Amino acid sequence: MRATMDGNEAAASVAYRLNEVCCIYPITPSSPMAELADEWSSQGRPNLWGSVPSVMEMQSEGGAAGALHGALQSGALATTFTASQGLLLMIPNMYKIAGELTPAVMHVAARSLATQGLSIFGDHADVMAVRQTGFAMLASASVQEAHDLALVAQAASLGTRVPFVHFFDGFRTSHELNTIEVLPDDDLRALIPEELIRAHRSRALSPEHPFIRGTAQNPDTYFQARETVNPFYAQVPGAVTAAMDALAARTGRHYETISYTGDPAAERVIVIMGSGAQTAAETARYLAGQGERVGVVTVRLFRPFPAADLLAALPPTVRQVAVLDRTKEPGSLGEPLFLDVLGALAEAHAAGTLAVMPVVTGGRYGLSSKEFTPGMVAAVFADLAAAHPKPRFTVGITDDVGGTSLDYGELDIEPPGTVRAVFFGLGSDGTVGANKNTIKILGSDRGLHAQGYFVYDSKKSGSQTVSHLRFGPDPIRAPYLVQNASFVGCHQAELIERVDVLSRAAPGATLLLNTPRPPEEVWDSLPRPVQEQILAKGATLYAIDATQVARDAGLPGRINTVLQTCFFAISGVLPAGEAIAAIKAAIAKSYARRGAEVVARNNAAVDQAVSALHQVPVPGRVTTNRGLPALVPADAPDFVQRVTAEMMAGRGDALPVSALPVDGTYPSGTTAFEKRNISDLVAEWDPDLCIQCGNCSFVCPHSVIRAKFYDESDLAGAPDSFASMPLDARGLPDTRYSLQVYVEDCTGCALCVEACPVQAPGEPGKHAINLAPREPLVAAQRESIAFFEQLPPNNRARVDFGTVRGTQYLQPLFEFSGACAGCGETPYLKLLSQLFGDRLMIANATGCSSIYGGNQPTTPWAADAEGRGPAWSNSLFEDNAEFGLGFRLAADLHLGLALARLAQLREQIGPDLVDEIVAAPQRRESEFAAQRARIAELGRRLDGLPAGEPAVADLRSVLDQLVRRSVWLVGGDGWAYDIGSGGLDHVLASGRNVNVLVLDTEVYSNTGGQSSKATPLGAVAKFAASGKHVPKKDLALQAIAYGNVYVARVAMGADPQQTLHALREAEAYDGPSLIIAYSHCIAHGIEMRDGMGQQYRAVASGYWPMIRYDPELRAAGANPFLLDSPRPRIPLSDYTSRELRYRILAQRDPAESERLMALAEREVQQRWAVYEEMATRGPAWFPADARPAAAGSTPEGVEVTDGSVLPVSGPGAAEPAGRVGVADGGRPGRGPAAG
Amino acid sequence: MAGGLDGVRRLANARLAAIVLPSLFEEEVRREAARNETAWEAGTDSFAESLSYFPDIDGLDPNPRRYLDLVERAVATVDVPVIASLNCVSASGWTAYASSLEQAGAAALELNIYDLPADPSPTSPVPLISGREVEARHIEVLAAVKAAVGIPVAVKVSPYYSSITEMALRFEEAGANGLVLFNRFLHPDIDPEKLAMTSGIGLSSPADGRLPRAWIAQLAGRVTASLAASGGVEDAGDVAAYLLAGADVVMTTSALLRHGSSHATALLSGLTEWMTRHGFGSLREFRGLFATSGQAAAGERAGYVRALRAADRGERTW
Repeated sequence: MRATMDGNEAAASVAYRLNEVCCIYPITPSSPMAELADEWSSQGRPNLWGSVPSVMEMQSEGGAAGALHGALQSGALATTFTASQGLLLMIPNMYKIAGELTPAVMHVAARSLATQGLSIFGDHADVMAVRQTGFAMLASASVQEAHDLALVAQAASLGTRVPFVHFFDGFRTSHELNTIEVLPDDDLRALIPEELIRAHRSRALSPEHPFIRGTAQNPDTYFQARETVNPFYAQVPGAVTAAMDALAARTGRHYETISYTGDPAAERVIVIMGSGAQTAAETARYLAGQGERVGVVTVRLFRPFPAADLLAALPPTVRQVAVLDRTKEPGSLGEPLFLDVLGALAEAHAAGTLAVMPVVTGGRYGLSSKEFTPGMVAAVFADLAAAHPKPRFTVGITDDVGGTSLDYGELDIEPPGTVRAVFFGLGSDGTVGANKNTIKILGSDRGLHAQGYFVYDSKKSGSQTVSHLRFGPDPIRAPYLVQNASFVGCHQAELIERVDVLSRAAPGATLLLNTPRPPEEVWDSLPRPVQEQILAKGATLYAIDATQVARDAGLPGRINTVLQTCFFAISGVLPAGEAIAAIKAAIAKSYARRGAEVVARNNAAVDQAVSALHQVPVPGRVTTNRGLPALVPADAPDFVQRVTAEMMAGRGDALPVSALPVDGTYPSGTTAFEKRNISDLVAEWDPDLCIQCGNCSFVCPHSVIRAKFYDESDLAGAPDSFASMPLDARGLPDTRYSLQVYVEDCTGCALCVEACPVQAPGEPGKHAINLAPREPLVAAQRESIAFFEQLPPNNRARVDFGTVRGTQYLQPLFEFSGACAGCGETPYLKLLSQLFGDRLMIANATGCSSIYGGNQPTTPWAADAEGRGPAWSNSLFEDNAEFGLGFRLAADLHLGLALARLAQLREQIGPDLVDEIVAAPQRRESEFAAQRARIAELGRRLDGLPAGEPAVADLRSVLDQLVRRSVWLVGGDGWAYDIGSGGLDHVLASGRNVNVLVLDTEVYSNTGGQSSKATPLGAVAKFAASGKHVPKKDLALQAIAYGNVYVARVAMGADPQQTLHALREAEAYDGPSLIIAYSHCIAHGIEMRDGMGQQYRAVASGYWPMIRYDPELRAAGANPFLLDSPRPRIPLSDYTSRELRYRILAQRDPAESERLMALAEREVQQRWAVYEEMATRGPAWFPADARPAAAGSTPEGVEVTDGSVLPVSGPGAAEPAGRVGVADGGRPGRGPAAG
Repeated sequence: MAGGLDGVRRLANARLAAIVLPSLFEEEVRREAARNETAWEAGTDSFAESLSYFPDIDGLDPNPRRYLDLVERAVATVDVPVIASLNCVSASGWTAYASSLEQAGAAALELNIYDLPADPSPTSPVPLISGREVEARHIEVLAAVKAAVGIPVAVKVSPYYSSITEMALRFEEAGANGLVLFNRFLHPDIDPEKLAMTSGIGLSSPADGRLPRAWIAQLAGRVTASLAASGGVEDAGDVAAYLLAGADVVMTTSALLRHGSSHATALLSGLTEWMTRHGFGSLREFRGLFATSGQAAAGERAGYVRALRAADRGERTW
C-alpha cells in the first residue's frame, strides 16, 4: 500500500507495531514519533501481537532510558524516540542495555547538539556521541528507509541481542513528506520470528527463576567479562544483511549494510551516511551517466562497522576517497566515519587485501540541516580529481578563516518529469496545511510520487513559511530544497518586498501572486529587482486577490484553499476537473469536523478561485525605479548591518565563517532593528479617554506600549502625530504624559484593549486603547516614536514602581520578541527587565523563553541608555537551576574578592569612600544610583594607584560586583516540574540568594503541547490524549516546606499588583525565591486576546490561588503564608469551558470528562481549604529559617520600596509630592471578566 | 434541569410521564465546532518545533456528542420515555441530528422550529420572505425529519402563524405525531442603561397559559395528532385547565425550575385532589370538556369579549 507520510511517522508506524512499551519524552525533531505512539495507544490501536502498547511519558530522556531499561529487563519489547541532548541523557543507560545484551531499538531523529548555540536541526552530532555505547547503529537515508530499516533494526536486534540505534536526519527526513510503500503487518511478522521474542522474555528477571543481573565487578573479571560480547557483535552485519535480504524478498526493496552507486570502475568515490547519501548517490549516478568515473558508498550500518562490507562495496579501481561526515569533532584527526573508513582501508592495504591504498580525505557537510546539494557533491568529486585534494575540508559554507571550504556551483540533476514548486506564505495563512493536502492528493491516490518539505522561520508569531514541493512519476530522491522551480506561489503580497521569492525560480517559471491589486496594476506595483528577475527568467505572472475571494466565500483570512486551487489550475499537474474534485474531497476530509457549512464555504472558494485568477501581462521592460526597502535602519550597528540583516533577509547561508562570533556571543537588543509589521491591526491610544493607569503597558507581551512623563517644554518640535496629555499626578504641574505604541512591532494581540479599564460612554467596546488598521498609522507613528525616544528617560528614582501605574515609566529591556501574539509568559519577563534590568542576570532554561529570548537572527534582551541590561544565557533544559546557582556562586565570590581588595587598599583609596561602598544599602533605586556613583569615583581613584599592583588590577576586574546582582532562573513548567525538578529542588534547598521564575503554561509549549506534571487534571494534552488523570503538582507547597524559601503564586491577569509585589519581594529576599506565574498559552486552546481574562477566571474559580510565603514575616513573628486570592466565586467550569484543552474531553468522552472535572472541582476546594487553614496558622507552624543571620542582609521589613523621597510607600501609603505612579487608593488591577 | 443525568433521574423519580430534554441547538454545536477548530488551528504549521499544539484526535466534529451522550445515558437510567428536542437551522442539520437522536435511543423527537422570518435566506434575491415561504420551510423540515426517523415526531408550534388551525392540519398531514402549543420565543431585549442587548431568557408565568389553552381548545378533536400544552403551568389548577381545554399532554418547565423537581409530584397529587373535589374518576371524564373545535371564530371572539369585560371589572379570567 502506498501512502504519503513523513519520516517520523514512517519509523513510528513500524516501531509501534513491534513494541509493547514506549518510554517517551518530547524533543524536537523526534517528538512526533512519540506523539503518534501516544495517539495510537489512546485510540486502542494494537501492536503486531494484539496488545495495545503502553506509552509512558517520563520526566526527562534520562528517565525514559531508565524506564526503557527496566521494561527490557522485565522482558517487554520496548522502545524510545529521541534526539540531540535527549540522546545524550540516555547514554548511561545505553551502556547498561548494551552491556546486558538486551535487544531493543531506539529511533533517533538525528539533530545537532547545543555548542556555541542550540540548534534544533539535523546532523549527526548526537548519534556520533553514542557510537561507543555498544549499540549497533543503522542509518536511514530517506522516508522509505526510515520505515523499512526500523523493521530491519528490530529484526537484527532480536536476532543478535545487540541493541540498535536506528537514526535518520532530523527535519530533512523526519519532517519530509514523501510517498512510500507501507509495510503490511505480514511483512513485519515475517521478519520477526516469535521464538526470538519468547527468547527475549525468557531472559527477563523473574522471581520464578531468580538470578542477579547488574552486579558490581572487580579488577579480576570486569575486563574479561567485557570481552564476552564480541561474538554477538561479530554477528551483527550478517544479521542485518539477512534481515535486509528478507525484506527485499518480500517487498522488492533491496538494501545493503554498505551499498555502492555509480560507475563500476570509478576512481573517485564519496563515502557518506544519512539523507546526504541519497543526494550523493543520485549525483554520482548522474555524473557517471555523463562519463565521469565516480561513485558513492552509502553507509547504513555504522556500528559495528562492517569493514569487510566496505571493502567489498568499493570498486577496485578507486584511487581517491572522500569521506563526508555530518558532524564536527574539534581537535580530532578527523570525523568518525572518516577515521573508520581510513582505518579499514589502511588495515586492508597493510594486510594485502587492498591492492592500492587510495588517497582518503575527510569533509564536513550539512551541520544543523545546512543544505547539501548535487552541486556540493560535484564539488567534492572535483576536488578529488585535483592533484592534491584537500585532506580535510568543508562543503556548503564559505570558510574564509580556516580555508577549509570547497567552492561549489549549482547542478540540476532532477529528471525532467519532476514538477517543482515553492510557496511563500505565513504560518497563519494555511499555506503549509494546503500544501500538505496537495501532496496527499497527488501522492496517495494518483499514482504520482510526491515530496514536501517545509521551512519555517524562527519566530512564533507572524512567521514566514516556505513550502518545497515535488511531484513526478518516479520516486523522488532529492532531500534538498527545490531549486529551479517551475512554479512559485507568493501567498502574501508583502513577502515579495522582503524575500527573494524568485531566487528559486527556473527560467520560464510561473509566478502566482496573491495581491489586492487589479491585474492591470500588478506589474507596476512590483519593485524593480522583482521586475528585473521576472524579465530575466522569462517568467509568466498570474495574480489573484485570494484574500477577497476567501472573504466572499465566508472564509476571511483563509486563503489556502483559493491558492491551492490556483496552483492546480495553472500547473496542470492534474486535469482541471479531476483536480477540483480531488481538492473538494480533501476539503471534505479536512473540514468535516467543522461542519457542512465550512465545507460548503471552502467548496465555494474553490469554485470562485479560478474565475478570479488573472494572467498579468508582462511588458518587455522594467517600469519602476522603486527598490526593495532596507531591512534595518542605516544607523544600525555594523554587526547588525553585516550579519543580522543578512540573516533576516534569508541570506545567512552566504555569510562566511569570519562574519560570525567565535564563541556564540552576540549583541543584545537586536529585535529593535527588525520592524516586522506582522499585524494589520495595531494598538492605538486615545488620550481623550486615558486614565494613565498603566494596565495596557503592563500586560503588553511585546513591549510595544511605552509611557513617559516629561516637562511641557519638551514638547517643542513634536510631530503632529505625537499625542500628549497632562500628567495625572499631584505635585507635578506642567508635566505631560504620553503613551507611545510601537506600531511596527505590535502583533495586534489586543491584550491591552482587554486590560483597559476605561469604557467610552455610549460606544460599547471602545476603550482608551483600541485596535486600528496599521497601514494608515505607520508613517506618522514612525515620527512619533522617534520623538518619543529622544525624550529623556524617566528617572527611576522618581518613579514608584511599587504600583502598576508606576512601572509603565520603567524602560523595558525585553522588547519585540518573536513570541506568539498575546503570549502569557513575556509580560512577566518584561516586568522583570523593567524592575531589575540593569543588574539582572538570567539563566534561562531551554523552552519557549529561550527561543523567543535567544533565537537568531534577532534577540529581545536589550540595554538601557547607560548600556546596562540583562545578561542572559541558556545552558540546557535540565540544568537551568544549577546553571543559575553558578551565577550566584560566582557573583558572591567576586563580591567577596572585591570587598577583600577594598579592605586591602582602604587607606590608598580613601577610607571614607571604601566604608561607604561596603556599608551601602542596596534595596532602593536611589541607593543603587548612589552606589554606582561611588563605584565610578572608586574607578577614578584606582586610576591614580600603581597599575602594576595586583590588588588594584584585581579590584578593577570585579568592581561591578559591588552593585548587588539580581540572579534569576527562568524557565517553563517542563523544566521546573519535570526535567529540571531535581536540580531546582536542590537549588531551592541551597539557601542561596537566587530567584526562580516559573512561567507555568502547564504544558510543554515549545515542543507543541505535551503534558507535564504541571498539566491539570482533566486537561487534554499530547501524551495525555484521554485527559490528564493526575492533578497538577503543588510546587509551591513543596518549596514552602523548606521554610526559608520565599514562594509566590501569581497571575497578572487576576491581580497585577500582587504580581508586582511578589517579584519585588522575591528579589529583595536574601535567600532562594520561587515565583510560579500563570502563563496563558496558545496550547490552552483559547482566544489569546482573552488570555488575561482566563488568568482572572483561573483565580476567581479557586483553580489558581494566589499566595505568597515570606520567611521574613515568620522571622518578624507574623504568619508567613498570605492567601492573596478572594474565595472562589465562580464555578470551575466558567474557567475550563473556555479552553479547548478541557472541551476536547467533554466532547469526546462526556462521562469521563464529567468524572474528572468533578474530581478537579473537589481538588480545588480541598486545596483551598488547606490554604485557608495555612493562612490562619501562627508563624510557629511553619519551619524556621535555620541559616545564621548574614551581616548586611538584615531585612528592613516586608514592605519593599524604591522611593528616595519617602522611606515607605506603596499601595495605600500617602502619595509623596513629585513622585509618579502611586495608584489612586485601590489596586489598579481589575478582573477582565468583570464586564 | 434535564440538562444533566442527575436532573433527569430526579424528574423520573417525581413520577412524570415523560421527560423532554432541553433543545439541542444546531448553531451551538456549529459554533462550538468552529471555536474548537479556530483554537485547534491557531499556531499550527508556523514554527518548526511546534507544528501543532493538540493531539490529533477525532471527536471535535460537529457531532453533538455531549447531547447524544445525555440521551443515551438518560434512556438507560430512567424508565419513562425520554424525548429529545431539536432546534436546527440547516436542512442537513435537521435530518442528520434527528437520526443521531433516534439512534441514541430517544423515544420521540420534538422539533423546535425557530427562525426569524425577518431574515431572508442567503440566496433570496429580495430582502423579504413571505409568510407562505416561512410555512413551507417549516413543513419541509418536518417532512424531512419524518422521512429520516421512525420514532414519533412532535412539532413545537409557533403562535405567530396567521392561521394556526391550518398550520396544525398541514403539520399533521406532513406526519406530525404531536403538536406542542406553543413555542415560546425568547426574544432578546435592550437594556437602555447599559446600552446593551440582554438575553430573553425568562420563566413563564400562569398568564402565559391562556393563548395555548385557547388554541388547544380549538384544535382538540380536529386533529388526530396528540396535543401537548406548554407554558404557564404553575399549579395543579393550570394542569386541570389544560386538560379541560383538551390537551393530551401537559408540559411544565418554569415551575420545576422555580420549585424543584419535587414540584412535579405536587402537581400530580394536586390534580388528583382536584379531580376528587370535582367528582372526576379519570382524565377521560373531563379532558376536552371545554374544547371549542368547530367554533373557532365564534369561540375566540366570545373569549375575547368576555376577557375585555372582565378586565373592565378588574377580574382575572382564568
